[in-house]
Amino acid sequence: MALLAIDDLHKRYGKEEVLRGVSFELERGETKVIIGPSGTGKSTLLRCINRLTEPDRGKVWLDGVEVTSPRTNIYRVRAQVGFVFQDFNLFTHLTALDNVRLGLIRVKKMGKRDATERAMRELERVGLADKAYAYPAQLSGGQQQRVSIARALAMDPKLILFDEPTSALDPELIGEVLQVMIELAEGGMTMLVVTHEMGFARSVADEIIFMEKGIIVEQGPPEVLFTRPKKPRTAEFLRKITEFYGESG
Amino acid sequence: MELIFKWEWLPGLGKGLVLTVELTAACISIGAAFGLLLAIARLYGRHVIYWLASAYVQFFRGTPLLVQLFMIHFGLAGWGIRLSPLLSGIIAMGLNTAAYQAEYFRGAIQAVKRGQALAALSLGMTRWQTIRYVILPQALRLVLPAWSNELVYMLKYTSIVYLIGLPDLMGVGRTIASSNFRFFEIYAVVALIYLALVLLITFALRYVESRIRVPGLGTAR
Repeated sequence: MALLAIDDLHKRYGKEEVLRGVSFELERGETKVIIGPSGTGKSTLLRCINRLTEPDRGKVWLDGVEVTSPRTNIYRVRAQVGFVFQDFNLFTHLTALDNVRLGLIRVKKMGKRDATERAMRELERVGLADKAYAYPAQLSGGQQQRVSIARALAMDPKLILFDEPTSALDPELIGEVLQVMIELAEGGMTMLVVTHEMGFARSVADEIIFMEKGIIVEQGPPEVLFTRPKKPRTAEFLRKITEFYGESG
Repeated sequence: MELIFKWEWLPGLGKGLVLTVELTAACISIGAAFGLLLAIARLYGRHVIYWLASAYVQFFRGTPLLVQLFMIHFGLAGWGIRLSPLLSGIIAMGLNTAAYQAEYFRGAIQAVKRGQALAALSLGMTRWQTIRYVILPQALRLVLPAWSNELVYMLKYTSIVYLIGLPDLMGVGRTIASSNFRFFEIYAVVALIYLALVLLITFALRYVESRIRVPGLGTAR
């Protein structure tokens, strides 16, 4: 059974139907990358998975639990799903260490000493142990995003959702974040990544999902999608985005 | 006319000062606790709760404090509810400042970036945990400058309680002045005491602000 199964997800904001029936699955240890033009519902899709946004219709299953069922304890589900935001959303009033520790202490009810130990391990993993006592405003964008990845990792998530994790970064800071993500993927973390970084998509993804206007246009392994896509629309999008962002991304 | 000053005025004024400080402390605390609840009700409450909180805020901000004080002290007495002047003063001013503080808190909570709550929820925190550990610590830092002003206003507004017979700083001053007719000197001394208190509070709160300041979070001053 797939770790994550999404079945016919619909979401509408007013008159605009942002998701128009999206279905796919994600196996344990897999990395899938969602690409597509802006405003096609990619972020909404990620938020529907842990119900930060309530879908109108459709089902989400995580590890055999129906996330979308009203009887499901959504807080427990969210604690098992890491979420990395485009604009980091580190807690402004807390140091890097406290950012990583907060969920451990308040959600996982871990003791302070264990939580600190665990948080420091995760900060080390993203190369920021020396910034443990810095506040977000004192960190570069790339460092903030790495702390936010550490915050997600500390919760021992079954799956991490990345919502354009490098889109708000200066170009020279993108590499350090992608490097952390590549290491995670290679370490067997299950990841669902919305990104415009085609280099990352090509080298790391097990499968690419091309979304447009609220539906999946095409999906497949990167070598197929990048070299001989079935749909003309996919080819056109890939050509445009590689022109814009460059091959290596 | 020469100015005179008598040391014998001071013990009485000192007692009045103590009452003024107690009154201010009581109503500002009640106002803070109740104001925070009102702000949360107006931000997160639905239907009846939202409307009640909003009506409350509108009423207490839209009518004079003195009218509110008289309604509570003299008005309620007509219904058989007789409150001591001290209790009337604390209730009237506590209810009044609650409405103002509610608006300051509401503004500060709204000023906390929306992504902060999303991040907290994504970790599995409940709504209440999100408010308690993420929103409020930031909002309270943001609200401090406005809140400092409210505290200073309330300290000065407490002077109206002499009208219901309380011997606060103003009340004592008035009593002394009406016995020796040295109105200017006595009210000048009263004014200086208020001023000293205001400066003390201002500096104390600035110190607090500097102690809890966090880089990147509301540096208005």
